Amino acid sequence: MKKELTCISCPIGCAMAAEFSADGAISVSGNQCARGEQYAHDELVDPRRVVTATCRTSSERHPRLPVRTREPCPRELIPAVLSRIYELVVPVPVHLGDLLCDVQDVSVIASRSLDE
Amino acid sequence: MKELRFDAAVIGGGAAGMAAALEIRRRGLEVCIVERDDELGGILLQCIHNGFGLHEYREDLTGPEYAERAVQAVEQAEIAVFTRTTVGELASRAGQSTLVCFSARHGVLKVSARAVVLAMGCRERNRGNLRIPGSRPAGVYTAGLAQRLINIDGYIPGRQVVIIGSGDIGLIMARRLQWLGCRVHGVIEIMPYPSGLTRNIVQCLNDFSIPLHLSHVVSRIRGLERVEGVDVMPIRGGAPDPAGQFSIPCDTILLSVGLIPENELSKTAGVQIAPETGGAVVDATMMTSVEGIFAAGNVLHVHDLVDNVSEESRLAGSFAADWLSGRRPARQMRILPGSNVRYVNPSRVDPDRGSRVYLRPLIVKNKAQLLVSANGRPVKKVVKNHVQPSEMISLSLREQDLAGIDAAGVLEVSIS
Repeated sequence: MKKELTCISCPIGCAMAAEFSADGAISVSGNQCARGEQYAHDELVDPRRVVTATCRTSSERHPRLPVRTREPCPRELIPAVLSRIYELVVPVPVHLGDLLCDVQDVSVIASRSLDE
Repeated sequence: MKELRFDAAVIGGGAAGMAAALEIRRRGLEVCIVERDDELGGILLQCIHNGFGLHEYREDLTGPEYAERAVQAVEQAEIAVFTRTTVGELASRAGQSTLVCFSARHGVLKVSARAVVLAMGCRERNRGNLRIPGSRPAGVYTAGLAQRLINIDGYIPGRQVVIIGSGDIGLIMARRLQWLGCRVHGVIEIMPYPSGLTRNIVQCLNDFSIPLHLSHVVSRIRGLERVEGVDVMPIRGGAPDPAGQFSIPCDTILLSVGLIPENELSKTAGVQIAPETGGAVVDATMMTSVEGIFAAGNVLHVHDLVDNVSEESRLAGSFAADWLSGRRPARQMRILPGSNVRYVNPSRVDPDRGSRVYLRPLIVKNKAQLLVSANGRPVKKVVKNHVQPSEMISLSLREQDLAGIDAAGVLEVSIS
């Protein structure tokens, strides 16, 4: 299966094609540097994204708290992570970096501090 | 009426204002920040996505994380901050400025300062700026307003969405809406290339298979009470072609069609505005046409990365501190945009100390050559792997690059 990709390692944005060869290796074309090959490899084998969203809080002044996954999250886990975030009601005060929940190995943390 | 006096006053408490104030304070001067919202941070607070700070902190931060670092630094530096305070009037005479402010806490507040840094940011172009034909139903939002409603206030403005314009805020909102369970049915861009960053096209549109219609224009907005859809035409031969028209049903339209520096206040002080940027004309020290008034960040020209805003604003703060201590450049040289360059900012450089300038290309090109010439003679060549209009170029002109040049002449930057 051939996959068309645009590399985002730098602003050039190489249009690449990547596919698994018969021996299980990945062949990449269209890239201008080694970073493109790495990017294509990651996208085929283990695509990940940082997920950012907001959740509810106990505060009247700040009804929403911005949150993020601490590390990039496997793409197939994103719907489950979002569902958990949307269920949260975080009491204030809360501090930047506080752990809010875990979904498998993915940690969701607060992106800002709220005093009230 | 409460009256206060500072060495410098910074108008706006976003990324630009905080960076400028921190630099002025670091130089041992008394500085205040005047902010109309109820906390510092500016538009970063509603930009909950990541991608900030890659240059400034070598980390991939969200907007609120980036803001909080600056806010903490401002608190530690013991900079005077007036939140919920709007500057209504700015007047300046003979290097002495007065800000008449309206404050929730202090009532009318008069701030006197020798130096002022303008850091008010920008606002969004809206439907009135585009003159899109059709009815005027509810459901048409600018992308940044929708971002604020969702991320700060907790409201979802609509479920079936079309985005007009491919600016970064619109792209970011496409992903945000999809992750909220809304559907984005397409992005309509009049130009043949996207106006947002490549990484946003990939991660905010391609990840969700959202169609990007380049060289297309919305020819009509449909719906009476509420948006019901848009009519879209391809641009062919330089004009919309009715033969290619198609419709997209939707209940909400987001506009992501550019930003306008917010300079109404600057104009009341007599600051000269450059038509190509919408921001002030500034010299090599980022001073506007009014003595003692400096400008930095999105109020000066629209940036695509906050990291550049912070860097530029620190410079403005340092120039303001220089000016307060009586230090001015001995000579300044004009620098103009040449071929394939939309603008260069600042419009003057200091040949004795060197200057950093920012420019916007007009073309998309790989292995592009950036050429700076003085009075027609080349003085600096830089090869850029890739240039495109959505990526601002930062260029450092060092003292040795400009040594021996007749400062009465003119520098020109071109891209080929």
